[in-house]
Amino acid sequence: MNSDAPLPQKLTIRNLNFYYGDSLALKNISLPFYAHKVTALIGPSGCGKSTLLRVLNRMYDLYPRQRAEGEVLLDGENILAPQQDLNLLRSRVGMVFQKPTPFPMSIYENIAFGIRLYEKLPKSELDDRVETALKGAALWNEVKDKLHASGLALSGGQQQRLCIARTVAIQPEVILFDEPCSALDPISTAKVEELIDELKDTYTIIIVTHNMQQAARVSEYTAFMYLGDLIEFDVTSRLFTTPERQETQNYITGRFG
Amino acid sequence: MSTHAATLYARRNRKSKFWLALCYAATGFGLFSLFLILCALFYEGFSGLNMAVFTEMTPPPGSAGGLLNAIVGSLILTFLGVLVGTPLGLLAGTYMAEYGRGSKFTTSVRFLNDILLSAPSIVIGLFIYEIVVAPMGHFSGIAGVFALALLVVPIVTRTTEDMLLLVPRPLTEAASALGMPRSYVITKVTYRAALSGLITGVLLATARISGETAPLLFTALNNQFFSADLNAPLASLPVIIFQFALSPYKDWQRLAWSGALLITLSVLILSIIARVLGTRKIAK
Repeated sequence: MNSDAPLPQKLTIRNLNFYYGDSLALKNISLPFYAHKVTALIGPSGCGKSTLLRVLNRMYDLYPRQRAEGEVLLDGENILAPQQDLNLLRSRVGMVFQKPTPFPMSIYENIAFGIRLYEKLPKSELDDRVETALKGAALWNEVKDKLHASGLALSGGQQQRLCIARTVAIQPEVILFDEPCSALDPISTAKVEELIDELKDTYTIIIVTHNMQQAARVSEYTAFMYLGDLIEFDVTSRLFTTPERQETQNYITGRFG
Repeated sequence: MSTHAATLYARRNRKSKFWLALCYAATGFGLFSLFLILCALFYEGFSGLNMAVFTEMTPPPGSAGGLLNAIVGSLILTFLGVLVGTPLGLLAGTYMAEYGRGSKFTTSVRFLNDILLSAPSIVIGLFIYEIVVAPMGHFSGIAGVFALALLVVPIVTRTTEDMLLLVPRPLTEAASALGMPRSYVITKVTYRAALSGLITGVLLATARISGETAPLLFTALNNQFFSADLNAPLASLPVIIFQFALSPYKDWQRLAWSGALLITLSVLILSIIARVLGTRKIAK
């Protein structure tokens, strides 16, 4: 990998502390996320990787006793600032969850719904956008004949790709994946991984995963976290072959976690 | 098995059989009484049921007639009671489940709501008598509507809160993650996911108030003539049944049976619909 020219940073975390009530869950994290790259967050359960992800679109704001201190810069602007418009932020930073969460409406509506939040389009244009989104999530061929069937009738893997299509449809800049394959079978997992690989041309991607092979397969950068600390951040190939820290070495060789 | 263990096992078996027999007996007793009540109701009710019941007014003693004014009055009272009570309950339940989840205020409201839920309906009737009937100076349909609405509110509040709390958090988080405003998330996603439960709550409330007599005695009272005027006393099936069943006149008693049958059937149908909707799984 060419490391001569500094890569543009889409998101930058600076000295981030995160609290659940009184307990400190993230300790002074600083971390860059490069534009149009896939960055994986790995670490044992409870290390704070999902928490970190939920800071990036301020999902934690839904819960009264959670708060973050420090800075998270999106294109240089601090999104933790109190005047940040949350809905606007979430339209720029999309999120795909662990379990597929299709809305209780038709496949078409699942996608059109999000688009209508931001744009008023004529029907034909909306149809095009839905089609593009479904193609983008490699789901179009499977659902094009039943767009008005319930999104809940799809299989788990299809539902997850529908959720990805829904996120892509509103044209965010960053997509956060929170263990997107942990509820999927290997074939669906492969499809979603392929998809992530294609999406990185257009979006900056951050993925939390329990599965180290997955991190190695899909990401260019990897951050290893442990007990709320960022232990090591490096190019994926380097982190998995010649880690600098003993904890990282122990984790990736399966000695704990 | 040793002999000791065998005797212990036999004794436990006998005990189990004894209690099981008691359970069956109690169930049988309950079902049998229900069966007798329904038999009497169906026999007496159907034998008096004819077209006149639906087309003629309540008669003076000793002459033939029907229940039209009472049926229409009951429909008006029940419909308007649900119409007034449902939005209040829906909004209160939504506040408790969404905006005030876990707060002290919500806990106290829920406690008060549960008291209201189990308050004797006659108390509700007296309350409305004090604040509506007494100042107006006369009984009226509108007072009956308020009394019934006051019975609807706690039921709908409770079911709304319970049903909204059942909607999985990841679903609402996913909606928020698309950048939807809170009000949107609730009305377009949460309500939709909980829809069958919310409807069940309203149906149960409807079934509950359609048979209420006590709160109407002090509010809508009764009317021997056809009236749809909410500013005047309004007839209703439960009150007519109460009056006719206690009378010494055979015609009136037969009409009371028919009215009871009508109410029972409509409550039965509502309950079945509510049960069918309620057991349908909440969308994932």
